[in-house]
Amino acid sequence: MTALIFIIFAGLAVFCGINLVVQTHPIASALSLIGVMGSLAVLYLQLGGEFIAAAQVIVYAGAIMVLFVFVIMLLNAGAEATTFQVSRFVKYLGAILLAAFLGLISLVIQAELPATEGVLFGSFQGTALDVGRKLFTTYLLPFEVTSVLILIAIVGAIVLARKEV
Amino acid sequence: MPNAAVPLSWYLILSAILFALGVAGFIFRRNIITVFMSIELMLNAVNLSFVTFSYQFKQVDGHIYSFFVMVVAAAEAAVGLAIILTVFKNRATLMIDEVNSMKY
Repeated sequence: MTALIFIIFAGLAVFCGINLVVQTHPIASALSLIGVMGSLAVLYLQLGGEFIAAAQVIVYAGAIMVLFVFVIMLLNAGAEATTFQVSRFVKYLGAILLAAFLGLISLVIQAELPATEGVLFGSFQGTALDVGRKLFTTYLLPFEVTSVLILIAIVGAIVLARKEV
Repeated sequence: MPNAAVPLSWYLILSAILFALGVAGFIFRRNIITVFMSIELMLNAVNLSFVTFSYQFKQVDGHIYSFFVMVVAAAEAAVGLAIILTVFKNRATLMIDEVNSMKY
């Protein structure tokens, strides 16, 4: 069951990732990116990351992608105009070389990683309680610095998007 | 096989594949918004690695790192999209090939 769910959602993630790269219209790419994020949230749940799976859906697929779609709509971004022409041979060669490169990466990771016991759903649960406890004790300073970063980002976004820049 | 375990390396391979796809999109796309979304894809791939290693060590530290990555991605998206808005207001284009006045 664990393997089946992994294969389904990993395949979905890779399909959506490829779709993100090959689509010419930005809104199609945005939809593909949401597909990748949803599939990854399922895989996080499988790995015992309850909190991070919820945050993935709420923050990434919710907030950040809404911002992207909003900007695409605001700027009325259409399909991408091709500025350089490549021959069909080069396209196919590129696809083959990319597939070979990904296969090589897979082989290297498979060979270099020490053999460990596999992932079983439920054998590790990083509950929101554990995450919160660690976040507010060990990682308290980075957490507070993060809030300053968010404040700077808000101010920067407002300054950049003003009318008279 | 009702409860077959998934090897940990599969998750890392998926992460590497998604990262490579993000790099490919970053290099080959001409639309600045799609380039930006490719960066988000790379960040997501790295998050998957963090959570996988978190499972391996049975510690929640990896979850906290990926939480911080999400926060930084949110800040980056806000500022980056504001920059895109400003570029579009001044140049009326979204193609990165046409925003090249620093090249000469």
